[in-house]
Amino acid sequence: MQAPARPMSRALKTGAALAAALVLTLTLGTLGAVLTRAEGFAGLGAADWSALRFTVTQAAVSAALSLLLAIPAARALARRRFPGRGVLITLLGAPFILPVIVAVMGLLAVFGRSGFLNDGLAALGFARVSIYGFAGVVLAHVFFNLPLAVRLLLQGWLDIPAERFRLAAALGFGPGDIARHLEYPMLRARTPGVFVAIFLICLTSFAVALTLGGGPKATTVELAIYQSFRYDFDLGRAAMLAAIQLGLCATAALLAARFTLPSGFGTGLDRPVARWDANGPFLRTQDIAVLILTSLFLLAPLLAVITAGLPRLGSLPAPVWQAALRSLAVAGVSTLAAIAMALPLALASAARSGRRGLETIGMLPLATSSLVTGTGLFLLLRPLANPGDIALAVTVAVNAAMALPFCLRALLPAARELEADYGRLAQSLNLTGLARLRLLTLPRLRRPLGFAAGLTAALSMGDLGVIALFADEDSATLPLQLYRLMGAYRMQDAAGAAVLLLALSLALFWALDRGGRADA
Amino acid sequence: MLELQDVTITQGAFRLSADFVVAKSARVAVIGPSGAGKSTLLSVIAGFYPAESGRILWDGTDITHIQPGKRPLSILFQDQNLFPHLTIAQNVGLGLRPDLRLSPADHEAVSRALTRTGLQGMEARKPATLSGGQQGRVALTRALLRARPLMLLDEPFAALGPALKAEMLDLVAEITDETGATVLMVSHAPEDARRFAPETILVAEGTAHPPHPTTALLDNPPPVLAAYLGQ
Repeated sequence: MQAPARPMSRALKTGAALAAALVLTLTLGTLGAVLTRAEGFAGLGAADWSALRFTVTQAAVSAALSLLLAIPAARALARRRFPGRGVLITLLGAPFILPVIVAVMGLLAVFGRSGFLNDGLAALGFARVSIYGFAGVVLAHVFFNLPLAVRLLLQGWLDIPAERFRLAAALGFGPGDIARHLEYPMLRARTPGVFVAIFLICLTSFAVALTLGGGPKATTVELAIYQSFRYDFDLGRAAMLAAIQLGLCATAALLAARFTLPSGFGTGLDRPVARWDANGPFLRTQDIAVLILTSLFLLAPLLAVITAGLPRLGSLPAPVWQAALRSLAVAGVSTLAAIAMALPLALASAARSGRRGLETIGMLPLATSSLVTGTGLFLLLRPLANPGDIALAVTVAVNAAMALPFCLRALLPAARELEADYGRLAQSLNLTGLARLRLLTLPRLRRPLGFAAGLTAALSMGDLGVIALFADEDSATLPLQLYRLMGAYRMQDAAGAAVLLLALSLALFWALDRGGRADA
Repeated sequence: MLELQDVTITQGAFRLSADFVVAKSARVAVIGPSGAGKSTLLSVIAGFYPAESGRILWDGTDITHIQPGKRPLSILFQDQNLFPHLTIAQNVGLGLRPDLRLSPADHEAVSRALTRTGLQGMEARKPATLSGGQQGRVALTRALLRARPLMLLDEPFAALGPALKAEMLDLVAEITDETGATVLMVSHAPEDARRFAPETILVAEGTAHPPHPTTALLDNPPPVLAAYLGQ
């Protein structure tokens, strides 16, 4: 029987309304502030057009390359069993919580001017190649999104029922027939959604463009917002660019809404499917080579950072440690804020089954650029405070808002299940309000809460976004401090700081996620 | 005394009307074909689903618009009667105080009630470590402590074997005889109705009929019930 909406306690109603109002302010409100400042599209100069072109092109190329490389890797993972396969699949989820700046350091160590690749090329007598500009931006985006694409496509492969493969084997299908009848239809259905998801991520990515892009030929819209805000203090132009960025994101998000976007945290990735078609030596060699190359591409940069940075950890300058403490505080408060918004939104959405308004509001930050939100907050708060003074507070707010969709995705299914399984029992026992929260909601939602908190803390710890917009000398977070060290060519300190940042991000995620699992 | 006055229930194309009185301390079975609306009827009495029209009264007081937890009744569902993360004592204690701030006297009452239903010493255990029959007893113990004058059983023992189910029904009868509670029990099994309930409400063809002596009804069933019973 379809349960009617459960009467909600006043506290839950208020909490959900407050959270929704806050999200709306941080997304649409800041946007409104930006739009009222923007001076129309008449002033769109050549540099702006070029930024727009570069943004779309790099995002499209990054998404296409990620997909192309992901298909053989996902297929290899789908049809091979080997020791360490589970670990590899888990590692494929790690880039999500990997600080961008750390990955960029690693990519520079491998592909940079004096990295392994160029040293090798030079030794062979070739010219050194530069990864700054278009190539670098795409390289970094592929590094981050290839694993995501592999996970999503692997899910697609595993969603093909095992019985189909059995039937194919019974009919004597070879690998070509399997591809034609089973794999291509799956890929046709899945790849558009995966492409759009990665395209959207690459449109809004800022830290990659900040570190590897720049210059007239490799500036994204986000980077142009940053530059006009930070260097020229041209608020009108920043606002106009923010409006363009918004148009881009909204278009991509609308496009994305047409496809069923996979969630990204797929479960059940280890269901064994017997495959009779792929035992030939050629396919076997091909799969092994693909998996080794993919793992190397993903792991070598990280190993390079770790080996360079680990010995420097003991001798890091004091400002790095201060920045680390600041980052921990930012991550802690962002996490509390994100959970404080996500929990009432998830519970209220679950209580009123069938109505999706709150959920939609909670997902809005996905289509919002953090720099636009940052610019908007600055415009709103400018009469009240000096940007340097509110840098950390604004960063907390933006980080919490940006993590909210991921928290909601983790919490909503569990909240719905809780409502379906125990909603009536709690009602019949008059278990309401705080007692319900303490005795039922928190204990039953521990795991997704821990996961969501870990995700938010790690994302916030590694975030290099609005903080770059506002921070002065005294309010740098660890990622920003690391960026400054790189800018000053203090690469050894930078490598040490990168290891510290990596360790803190992973530790935060591990500790919080683990906390949700303890004795559960 | 439970009174349903011109109650109509609609759910899409489904309609059920009920207009009857159940006497105080009566034990009444609710039987009828699948999908006739037996569980829905209990849902409406318990307050989980609003009636389209009509009134529900307990001892003359209108309870139609009262929240489920504040109605003078306890309900046992088909499953999910216990919170799996709480101990047996906590699950039972919820019947005394939903916020579980129990006094020493409350704890003692919980233990006494658990002893009464044959669960002594199980206080600290989690539901998953108990058998199905024991879990049913825990839910009954909580209902015993809540001491509401009306008890609704929505087939809570359906998953138990025949002997165990009979044992549980006997326990319900014992407890409600002591407390004088009125019981409405949804059942699929006519022998349960004969064993437990002197009266039976037949729910069929869009109507919940007034309580009728069980033996007479089952011995001489109207056509719709006969078809359901396979006679």
